Amino acid sequence: MSTLAVRKAAPAAGTTPGTAQGPPRRRRIAFVPTVTLLLGAVYCLLPVAWVVIAATKSGRELFSTFTFLPGTGFTGNLADLNAYRDGVYWRWMGNSALYAGLGALLSTAVSALAGYALAVYRFRGREALFNVLLAGVLMPPVILAVPQYLLLAQADLTDSRLSVLLPQILSPYGVYLARIYATAAVPADVVEAGRMDGASEWRIFTRISLPMMLPGLVTVFLFQFVAVWNNFLLPYIMLSDDEKFPITLGLHTLLEQGANTPALYTLVITGAFLAVLPLVALFLVVQRFWSLDLLSGAVKS
Amino acid sequence: MPYTKRRRLVTTAVAVALGATALAACGSSDDGEARSGPVSLTYWTWTPGMDKVVDLWNKGPGKKEQITVTVKKQASGDTLVTKILTAHKAGQAPDLVQAEYQALPTLVSNDALADIKDEAGDVKGKFADGVWQQTTLGTDAVYAVPQDIGPLMFYYREDLFEKYGLDVPQTWEEFAETARKLKKAAPDKDLTTFSANDSGLFAGLAQQAGGRWWTTSGQKWKVGINDDATKKVAEFWGGLVEEGAVDNQPMYTPAWNKALNTGKQIAWISAVWAPGTLSTAAPDTKGKWAMAPLPQWSADENRTGSWGGSSTAVTTDSEHKDAAARFATWLNTDADALSALAKEGGIYPASTSAQLSGAFTNPPEYFSNQPDFYAKAAEIAETTVPSAWGPNVNVAYTSFKDAFGAAAKNKSDFTAALDTMQDDTVADLKKQGFEVAP
Repeated sequence: MSTLAVRKAAPAAGTTPGTAQGPPRRRRIAFVPTVTLLLGAVYCLLPVAWVVIAATKSGRELFSTFTFLPGTGFTGNLADLNAYRDGVYWRWMGNSALYAGLGALLSTAVSALAGYALAVYRFRGREALFNVLLAGVLMPPVILAVPQYLLLAQADLTDSRLSVLLPQILSPYGVYLARIYATAAVPADVVEAGRMDGASEWRIFTRISLPMMLPGLVTVFLFQFVAVWNNFLLPYIMLSDDEKFPITLGLHTLLEQGANTPALYTLVITGAFLAVLPLVALFLVVQRFWSLDLLSGAVKS
Repeated sequence: MPYTKRRRLVTTAVAVALGATALAACGSSDDGEARSGPVSLTYWTWTPGMDKVVDLWNKGPGKKEQITVTVKKQASGDTLVTKILTAHKAGQAPDLVQAEYQALPTLVSNDALADIKDEAGDVKGKFADGVWQQTTLGTDAVYAVPQDIGPLMFYYREDLFEKYGLDVPQTWEEFAETARKLKKAAPDKDLTTFSANDSGLFAGLAQQAGGRWWTTSGQKWKVGINDDATKKVAEFWGGLVEEGAVDNQPMYTPAWNKALNTGKQIAWISAVWAPGTLSTAAPDTKGKWAMAPLPQWSADENRTGSWGGSSTAVTTDSEHKDAAARFATWLNTDADALSALAKEGGIYPASTSAQLSGAFTNPPEYFSNQPDFYAKAAEIAETTVPSAWGPNVNVAYTSFKDAFGAAAKNKSDFTAALDTMQDDTVADLKKQGFEVAP
């Protein structure tokens, strides 16, 4: 199914200009979708532009100059952020990288194994298991944060880095995605051929199936990375030591300092701006794998 | 102790038995503590620079007594109360927590706070009565030691008041007149705004007028949010908003900052911590503001409410209640600790002697034009009337934002909004299982 979708999508993307249906179709529907997409783009990009511009304003300029007029305080803000409590910001950044990077990696590994098993093997209770996972997809993780806290408290793991990592490793959505992808991308014949040649199941998985699943797994990794990077409630409940805080929590403490101390708006805005950069970089890097997705689909059949 | 709440709810006979168990439990753990040598405590606080203040303790009196305190910096606000209660449910709350006064009843009714009367009861005389009473909740127990307070005051642009020929209002009636006079002289300007986002300010104004929102009668809570005093306050502001004499936009928004910075709004009812807020909200008007006591409801009165302020409490999860209480009293009564708190954390201390200490001889930098700022502030702080908080302040506050937000926007009836607030609060108390007196 996915190969079909990919092939149909290809002409629209402009890779085969010779196709008959390409150009006229584009001309007919160009106006409305373009305007819609432009509006959507403006809607999405305006807040980003605000953050970028606000990060350049000094405290004095922040609320007094025109919103979209760049300020002169960017280097000052950076220096302040750097100096705030001996650079605790960078520690938060490092924590976020650890939680999101390691968490997403482990979660992708679990998703790959579970998704592959669900797709390739037939065993009793397979569908039941899958349905439970589907229910898990529908359950917002926010609901689980408090029970997870109480559970980890029993194991005396709260306020540790593990307490943030562990709950994120099993991602129902990741497993779901991996299964769907494995079903489509790993033909049963290939697995069968591997068995005929005497390869062990583990070897078939690591040498044959895993490379085929790679583009799907990249997607899982990316989703999970962004989800952990942006997660607030779970670390908020789990952690009390601000040396272990991820960036989301750290910035929150800068805003809520009690009535006696004004919120450090310029620091928070600059901090938020910097916190977005790794995500942008990650997307740019990973784009390569997504085009690979299209390519591998087209090549296969 | 987990018995505190139960003791209040069951019959006397059982209570005595339970109380005895509680005492026995305390006794044994205290004995163990005295012999176990070094004690280490954790402390959740949002005050900036608290780690430096705690260092003074760890290197000084704490070292002598072998009590080490570790600060874990938190974000302030209602969410912190939830976090403390969640941790308490797992038995893992820290030894010490910073808590706003209005959060104390919530924490106490969930058995999260220990009674430290025996350890900290004797510092009562260091605080104004109205402040101390907030930490006892009107019982014999002591649930916290007051740290900082936020007595309400009237801040105004001295230069613009002069320009428009306005006098500093002594009563609320004069306040309304001042607002109208300004509107006539400069229609594009407002004296101030009624902000439906800031429940704490409204609570403070109601407190000044004599409103007592939560009281207990016997075993029952009594909610008086729509009592006569609060109604008077609501009608007063509702009237001003309706006739357009004051603005109806919320505070703490970029637009509000701009209004203060450009002189579109020329006065602000706020607490003693206002200089800090003004210095970021209105940096260009530094040195142009002055502070005066809050207007009164009648000329012969002299009282104020409060907005903000917090205390240090010991949790029931602490295994070293004694040591924790000793630290809490040191932090909030010791002269060195308090001046460090003022310097590092920018707090205005609850301790009356500290309010006139060396840290408060010079005015805040933003108010350098008013040399007697802190002397005046201490006088005003003394007139703070007691407040009456209950176990679901957060619900009342949320209801305030919704009901008054709509009323302020539509310039409609404020008393109806007040009734909504009362009904929501009573309904929630009942839902939580408290008995509510009609």
